[in-house]
Amino acid sequence: MRLKSITTGMLLFAMALIFSRSARAQNDTIKVGVLHSLSGTMAISETTLKDTILMMIDEQNKKGGLLGKKLEPVVVDPASNWPLFAEKAQELLEKDKVAVVFGCWTSVSRKSVLPVFEKDNGLLFYPVQYEGEESSKNVIYTGAAPNQQAIPAVDYLMKDVGVKRWVLEGTDYVYPRTTNKILEAYLHSKGVKPEDISINYTPFGYSDWQARVAAIKKFGSAGKKTAVVSTINGDANVPFYKELANQKISAEDIPVVAFSVGEEELSGLDTKPLVGHLAAWNYFESINTPANKAFIAQWHTFIKNPKRTTNDPMEAHYIGFNLWVKAVQKAGTTDVDKVIAALPGLETPNLTGGIAKVLPNHHITKPVYIGEVRADGQFDVVWKTSTTVPGQAWSPYLPSDKYIVADWVTLKCGNYNTATKKCSGQNYK
Amino acid sequence: MKQFLFRGGGQCLFALLLAMHSVGLLYAQSPSDAAFLTSIGALCNASFDEKGKIVEQIAHSGYPSTQSVLAAFLDDRVYCRNQDQKIFLIKPGPEDAPTVALIDPLTLKTLGTASADDVTKVVTNNHLRRVLQTTLARFGLSSSKTSVRLQAVKDMERDLNEGNVQLLRERSALETNWRVKKEIAVGLALADLDGSDAQARLAAIATLKGSMRQDVLNKLQALVEKSPDGTFAESDEHVRKAAGAAIQSMESWRSFYSGVQTVLFGLSLGSILVLIAIGLGITFGVMGVINMAHGELMMLGAYATYVVQMAMPGYIGSSVLVAVPVAFLVSGLTGILIERTIIRFLYGRPLETLLATFGVSLILQQFVRTIFTALNREVKTPEWMSGTLQLNEALSITYNRLYILIFTLLVFAALLMVLKKTRIGLEIRAVAQNRAMARAMGIRSEWVDAITFGLGSGIAGIAGVALSQVTNVNANLGQSYIIDAFMVIVFGGVGSLWGAMVAGLLMGVVDQLLQPYAGAVLAKILVLIALILFIQARPRGLFPATGRAAESQ
Repeated sequence: MRLKSITTGMLLFAMALIFSRSARAQNDTIKVGVLHSLSGTMAISETTLKDTILMMIDEQNKKGGLLGKKLEPVVVDPASNWPLFAEKAQELLEKDKVAVVFGCWTSVSRKSVLPVFEKDNGLLFYPVQYEGEESSKNVIYTGAAPNQQAIPAVDYLMKDVGVKRWVLEGTDYVYPRTTNKILEAYLHSKGVKPEDISINYTPFGYSDWQARVAAIKKFGSAGKKTAVVSTINGDANVPFYKELANQKISAEDIPVVAFSVGEEELSGLDTKPLVGHLAAWNYFESINTPANKAFIAQWHTFIKNPKRTTNDPMEAHYIGFNLWVKAVQKAGTTDVDKVIAALPGLETPNLTGGIAKVLPNHHITKPVYIGEVRADGQFDVVWKTSTTVPGQAWSPYLPSDKYIVADWVTLKCGNYNTATKKCSGQNYK
Repeated sequence: MKQFLFRGGGQCLFALLLAMHSVGLLYAQSPSDAAFLTSIGALCNASFDEKGKIVEQIAHSGYPSTQSVLAAFLDDRVYCRNQDQKIFLIKPGPEDAPTVALIDPLTLKTLGTASADDVTKVVTNNHLRRVLQTTLARFGLSSSKTSVRLQAVKDMERDLNEGNVQLLRERSALETNWRVKKEIAVGLALADLDGSDAQARLAAIATLKGSMRQDVLNKLQALVEKSPDGTFAESDEHVRKAAGAAIQSMESWRSFYSGVQTVLFGLSLGSILVLIAIGLGITFGVMGVINMAHGELMMLGAYATYVVQMAMPGYIGSSVLVAVPVAFLVSGLTGILIERTIIRFLYGRPLETLLATFGVSLILQQFVRTIFTALNREVKTPEWMSGTLQLNEALSITYNRLYILIFTLLVFAALLMVLKKTRIGLEIRAVAQNRAMARAMGIRSEWVDAITFGLGSGIAGIAGVALSQVTNVNANLGQSYIIDAFMVIVFGGVGSLWGAMVAGLLMGVVDQLLQPYAGAVLAKILVLIALILFIQARPRGLFPATGRAAESQ
């Protein structure tokens, strides 16, 4: 009997100890949510981003954490399932009470979590180039808007390569369709005739490219210089590029400029037949700056594999994480409203020797680079902007969005019509 | 150690001295050395436009090492040394090697090594590479290899400036090979079209008439195009008429061949459909088992190809051939295992079979994900399967599709032989037609069931080998093809292998005929709708099974 009560007492004591420790742990750490697919079709791209954030948190903790507290990552797996993204976001914000979330890749996943972040007043750093036409109070867009990727790429092809005829080839979902809508309007504004633009969409994971590539070849042999603007996403790119190589479409004849193909996607391909095809990004692994070299070395040590590549969305997370740390330090708290108020105007160096500055529309300034694929799967930069380009949430080339601006500092609105002087809510449309 | 280092350094120094000495010697002999060095030295900090001009300069310098320097430039092997802004060529080597071997651009002798961090590559772009190609083509024109000369002529046709035309004319007189000669004639004719002599232009059109090339057609079309002010690019009416006639004949040939091309594309798509369906034709068609795990058996075949390639890394070319029997065995044995442990208890209960095999398909998918991770696996395409077979100037088919088409026909023929000419084939047919009677004749029907299912599954594995060459290898591979496979079988007629063959090819061709007008998604929908309507009219498919056995079903 006595023995029993002693053991019970010890157990209770142990439990109390554990409870107090976990309670203390909660007080002593700042929770950082990581919302990236670790399984399913997007795992190939998103797993890398989860590892990037873990690396950044690790480094920050080695420096002594933030506001005297350690950072604690909370990693969830939304499994490339768009509705599950919303559920996991809710779990992070309501159950784990994270201070900030780094996450999402596809636009459809971002659109899925957006209402959750706005309802629970969370803070999301979104690291991937996207179609624009959005500005939320609760999201910081560290990836490129169309004017930081698609428009400069088309400009380069038009002015420096002399392209007169355009194939807009995309996967059938919101990002390619919106981007192509903007590009089409832009090309028309530059005097390109409708018969010189061919737009085509294929499903996710498409693999029977022979007829499409033959059609591109035919469209491109009409005597005018032709280029393909590819918004093909995910693993459909692999058979697409294989077919290009098989049908001997060289970059000198018909260059393909891609917005979603980077070092990571090329690492699984034989790139020798693809030399000279283009990609437009705000970062390339091959850019030779001390900051980038240090980042690559840090990444190789963290991931324990010297062959792993770095890419553009990883840089966006690097920038996003540093911006958040600075904002928290400036605000002196992790309170979302105060951090969001502290963010616009903050600056942090990017990896290519420039400065990323948060703008009132929650986008950032980024340099634009055009790279050509080399035989080893890396890119040679062949063109870059002289300065960084500020991100535009709303494209001035779409007639419907001509007068719309986003400004969370003075106007406090993500969709403000300067003609009617009305705010149509955060995410009108 | 120290001594060794010193010696190494000494050698380096010696080589450098020697190189400097030889540079000095050459300089004394030919005064263009300094000019050549200044020309290429400017590459270090030049823009792409300036680089193009430098290439032109070098090409006209006539310096002995010009060809090697330009070839190295095209090859991305021209580097700038950071400390003194001097240009060197480097020896081809592994991409991420810490040191590179420097070559003197003047003498082409090795100068020792440098750390990869101390040199910067002189970057090229598409336009510059095109310039380099056409420039290098001038050197290739006198090559002893026919293929090099042919490529050189083709490269020069892209830039028909006066110098190139002159070179082509000179070569035309010397050339002995008829293919190169013909190509030169086309190039010269294209140049003549821009000339001022109307007679020469007429002759050029006569030469070009037989060609079906798009660039030739574009050039002729430009001649007859009417500009807004009513004048023509071509002033002579006779020439315009001849050009018009040539365009008409070329266009009719081209549209004929583009029709042939579409049918070829259709057949190649169809052959993949046939290949994935004939395995199902055995298990579903002959045995009547609705096997939802059929797609996963194909996936296993694709992964078998990947494993075989990993196991024999130096032999990518033959690994695909080795993978065929391996995939057959892996998928076949898995099939037999599924039949023995699950399906044999469910014969005659199609709904339960469907559910059970669907479960099996999920298990197999997760099994593969656990072993190979959820990421795509890259199956390399062998050299002999890459590239295009150019049948003529307007008609081509890629090798991988061509081989899959042939492969499908071979597998189909082999399967027919097994079913019609072997004892096991006879037994399979006997059990399918009348199980009780077959058993009375002494056939072990259970054993035959297992073998039949194994055969169908093995063929699915073989289809997986072919699929690994055209699509991404991942755990979901089977899911994207299982519906197509069932469609082909239902359309062709359950139980008929010939039906599967005709149905698969027909569906492929119809899909490709529709695609240019409707797009990939809509074309597939239209094919599906047509199929539904067809099944309404003929529920038993194209080739319905006949006889008593079929009627009793």
